[in-house]
Amino acid sequence: MKKIFSRPESLKETQHLYCPGCGHGIIHRIIAEVADELNIREKTIGIAPVGCAVFAYDYWNFDVTEAAHGRPPAVATGIKRVLPNRIVFTYQGDGDLAAIGTAEIIHAANRGEKITVIFVNNAAYGMTGGQMAPTTLIGQKTLTTPFGRNAERDGYPLKICELLSSLEGVVFLERTGVNSPENVLKTKKAIKKAFQNQIGNSGFSLVEVLSQCPVIWRMGPVESCKWIEKVMVKTFPLGVFKDTNRHE
Amino acid sequence: MKRTQRAKRTKRTKPAQRILMKGNVAICEGAITAGCQAYYGYPITPQNEIPAYLAKRMVELGRVFLQAESELAAINMVFGSAVAGARAMTSSSSPGISLKQEGISYLAGCELPAVIVNVQRGGPGLGNISGSQGDYFQATRGGGHGDYKNIVLTPYSVQEMYDLTILAFDLADKYRNPVIVLADGVLGQMLEPVTPSTISHQPIAISKDWALDGCKGREPRKIRSLLMAEGALEEHNWKLNEKYSKIKKNEVRYETYNLMDAEIVLVAFGIAARVGKGAMNIARGKGYKVGLIRPITLWPFPEKIISDTAERLHSITQSLNHLTTFLVVEMNLGQMLEDVKLAVSGKVPVEFYGRPGGGLVTQEEILEKIKQISK
Repeated sequence: MKKIFSRPESLKETQHLYCPGCGHGIIHRIIAEVADELNIREKTIGIAPVGCAVFAYDYWNFDVTEAAHGRPPAVATGIKRVLPNRIVFTYQGDGDLAAIGTAEIIHAANRGEKITVIFVNNAAYGMTGGQMAPTTLIGQKTLTTPFGRNAERDGYPLKICELLSSLEGVVFLERTGVNSPENVLKTKKAIKKAFQNQIGNSGFSLVEVLSQCPVIWRMGPVESCKWIEKVMVKTFPLGVFKDTNRHE
Repeated sequence: MKRTQRAKRTKRTKPAQRILMKGNVAICEGAITAGCQAYYGYPITPQNEIPAYLAKRMVELGRVFLQAESELAAINMVFGSAVAGARAMTSSSSPGISLKQEGISYLAGCELPAVIVNVQRGGPGLGNISGSQGDYFQATRGGGHGDYKNIVLTPYSVQEMYDLTILAFDLADKYRNPVIVLADGVLGQMLEPVTPSTISHQPIAISKDWALDGCKGREPRKIRSLLMAEGALEEHNWKLNEKYSKIKKNEVRYETYNLMDAEIVLVAFGIAARVGKGAMNIARGKGYKVGLIRPITLWPFPEKIISDTAERLHSITQSLNHLTTFLVVEMNLGQMLEDVKLAVSGKVPVEFYGRPGGGLVTQEEILEKIKQISK
């Protein structure tokens, strides 16, 4: 019998600690499938963030290191500069990448570090129980915005793809979602491209993935997927923000 | 003058050439000799010669030089290169070293080798750019969060800026631990002749069978300090403690001068020891029985030589009824003083002369203090 579907070799057979309906599992699997398809598992080094995905090193079947909160792009730089032939990627949430690690992501991008960044945007801090993130929407209720995010007091949602698109070192930026089968396929295509860019040594690539977070959002899984489609994309429109396809 | 123990230096096979060098440059040459593969820096006075010099030399040698966007980024780039198994270094001065503390704690927790150079300036806050020794506590107590230790080497000459930087890389790899070279702005800016290694330094051969370089032909590895399983973190900390005990047993380094008949024993490190040595020599000429203990490792601290000396001073006082005392000299308000007092353990008095950030101790001042004590 021909096997047509199986667990990717790059994904360990273990139980995830994620909440029911969480998007992380889908994104982890996409990365694992891409690593298998591009045959890079044995030369990939991943960087797990501080946040819900910190346990990613238990889930992927390749080398993974942790990094301090916000610092994965600096750690990735330190790895890639001494091992330029390896595939180095960071996996970061919105608190990690867009709040405490804003300097690191902007400068790694601006230097055109030849790394891949998977940026998971769930519009909240998940692991700490659901505080306001830099990407929290205006009016969105969180533990630290109990009356809804107020632009006067809390500022505006930070749009990372738009922000990074002006930087010359960046070759590829796309915002996708994992809230529908169609978007999952698009996300896989984008992540594959972001890794292919690194194999081709062309420069910094980032894929921002809007990811459902039912427990923190106080919604059911189906409702969460719909919320991304109906509400979140108004602030964070999906699409390609930069693709220079530059190859050196 | 008697030297009981010296910093281990690379063996030389032929008469060595002496080169006039600035302290900060000696650190760079030491790092290059030690096989440093990656350096990450950020400007701050008085260590700016280090990134400027390495920007040229590392690139010429085909190694990695990068000016980071911040000290935080620099120490985390060091973390990344250490994860990948490379010898990596960063340098800064006091305020910048404060910013690196989070990264140093992660290096310690993840058991990653790294060399961090602190060319100290005066604090607190921005302080000023003149040399100081105000970061003794920060370096020797860990500095960041958690229960960890840095190995701390402290040079007192430009030659030692070179030698101890080489040693720092070897110790970092040997123990998988961050090593701090605690220098100061005076040493950094000072010009002195240096005898570099005339044979190429052989980095100690240690297999980095923990490094991440892609899992080709082996099981995947992970590097982490997060240990959530029941009992796992405590077990990890006990394991670190075992390593620290081994370092304390094996790596204590110091020099002693004129201890044999000394009744006043100076304890000083770095530039204060350099000045203290001069003061000791002048005092000897005037008939004062002064000796000097100069710690080269601040952690592990050379407590045994100090407690042994305290015993001896105590017995002199007992048998001859002579006044004996330690005199700790530092360019701070008394930080190493606490470690000396712990080692002396009340057996004899411990006097202190120090000047905090912005002040430089002089031979005359130390001499005056010696005279005052002897009255």
